[in-house]
Amino acid sequence: MLREVQLASSDPSSAGGTFIRLILGDEPGWPLRIGWDLTIIFLGFLGLASMVAFIGIWAERKVAGRIQQRHGPNRVGPIGILQSLADGIKLVSKEDLLPRGADGWLFRLAPYLAFAPVFASFLAIPFGPDMIFEPALAVGLFWMLAILSVEVIGVILAGWSSNNKWSVYGAMREACQLISYEIPLGISILIVVVATGTLDLLELSRMQAGGMQHWLLFHQPFVLAAFVVFFIASLASNKRAPFDLPESESELVAGYHTEYSGLRFSLFYLAEYNAMFVMGAIMTILFLGGWDDPVGYLSAWSARVPRDVMSLELLAVNAVAFHVFMAKTCLIIFIQMWVRWTLPRPRIDQVLHACIKVLLPMSLVLLLGSALWELFVQNTSLMQRATQWVLLTIGLAFVGFIFLMLAQAFIQGRGKQYRLSEPAKLGI
Amino acid sequence: MQAILFYIFAALTLAGAIGVVASRNIVRAAVQLLLALLGVAALYFLLGAEFLAAVQLVIYVGGTLVLIIFGVMLTARASQKLLNPSRGEQIAGLVSAVVLLVALIASIVTTRFPDQPAPLGRYSLQALGQDLLGDYLLPFELASLLLLAVMIGAAYLAKKRPHAKGEV
Repeated sequence: MLREVQLASSDPSSAGGTFIRLILGDEPGWPLRIGWDLTIIFLGFLGLASMVAFIGIWAERKVAGRIQQRHGPNRVGPIGILQSLADGIKLVSKEDLLPRGADGWLFRLAPYLAFAPVFASFLAIPFGPDMIFEPALAVGLFWMLAILSVEVIGVILAGWSSNNKWSVYGAMREACQLISYEIPLGISILIVVVATGTLDLLELSRMQAGGMQHWLLFHQPFVLAAFVVFFIASLASNKRAPFDLPESESELVAGYHTEYSGLRFSLFYLAEYNAMFVMGAIMTILFLGGWDDPVGYLSAWSARVPRDVMSLELLAVNAVAFHVFMAKTCLIIFIQMWVRWTLPRPRIDQVLHACIKVLLPMSLVLLLGSALWELFVQNTSLMQRATQWVLLTIGLAFVGFIFLMLAQAFIQGRGKQYRLSEPAKLGI
Repeated sequence: MQAILFYIFAALTLAGAIGVVASRNIVRAAVQLLLALLGVAALYFLLGAEFLAAVQLVIYVGGTLVLIIFGVMLTARASQKLLNPSRGEQIAGLVSAVVLLVALIASIVTTRFPDQPAPLGRYSLQALGQDLLGDYLLPFELASLLLLAVMIGAAYLAKKRPHAKGEV
């Protein structure tokens, strides 16, 4: 907090923190500052988090319905949009059960440990040109990755403290899956960092201003492939199908949250949908140009708006940018749902095999390629001759190769007979 | 303001640390360790060292702590019963704790802390990277060598030995 104030005074031209400067003055006293922060957190972020879960759960069931040729929820409200509200009332009125032999303290704590990190990651997301909670966070990207890695502890503790074998299996799967997939996730972020040289999410968004051709996705072929690696790894780290083994309902009842009911159960849902949202937001910022629209009109407009007075125009440009950002994020969330209801679930050994033997080496190759590209091709005459289409072709070739390897990994060991007395061979 | 936050997070860290020592249940101890580690990360944030704070989260919370809980879960039966250290373990623990305490106190007493607080300049990630791969390249590489040795050792231990006795 102190550092932010100092930065604002030393660097008044910085666009971040515009609103707080315009509303509260250049150096607000600490009661004002805390009041502002709490308002943003409780009204802005908590509201956003609950809306994400509210709309997300309804949308998931609608998408699932369409894919399975049925209607999905359509009774509560128009096109069933209030379904989550009805579910919420039902969950709140349920009894808060504690299974016999469970570790009560940990059992009650675990849902909060699963949700809080996802919520904390909101503070580094730039929703618009001036809409970021902590504009001076120079390591925003790394912070997101770090705080999201805490979520797994909540899930593991939930499974362990339930005193239920299915839950423990779910928690163990979650632990090994998450630890493995965190590596390709981190490396694919590193590929972007190699290409841009910054961890600042606000700066990353600004870099891609001016239309679709400036988006990092089309910046170099390796970033395009990194996007695919990141997407797959993010599915795994969010426990989304086809990587939903920690809660695979056909084997483990409901996995780590089998024993939960009522409000604590709904916290896990809140965590899951907000983790999807945060991953979608990271992908939007890293690869899809952040809050800028595909034509680049918004960034040009934002650059024209004066930032030394509070004006309706400033609010308008941020509001429009926020909606563009949300539209891109929702598109990614939709793809996550689409994948979930389309693909079958592999076994846990296939999941780990796909990570360690396919995604990890591929992401390392991409990292090397990205570094070499930045050194020898970017900004040289070679680059000028190579058109966007050539880059796109190389990138898509890499993507195709990744999918080929993944398919091979998932087919491997298919049809083998495993005896139930040999859980070790099944890989837990 | 800074001082109030500092005392809150310091108290959190201390409470977590005392909890780790006092708890007889391994998993609960791990959760209290989480509290202590988060407190330290928050202190780093307060000092304007966000990179260090994020590293603290990634390595200790996301990595080490998860591995601890994972290990406890894999040996689930042992974790059900409470920690009950033997006399020898108690003595060894006491000795190492006293040695660590003496070393820490000695280093705190002998360090000359600057009277003026260091200026909080713009935090530069680039400078950190330059230092790590420039002036401090040798220690950096040595640390990675150590990690490599640990990894090889782990791989050796995990390797299947065909003629090992008592193998299931």
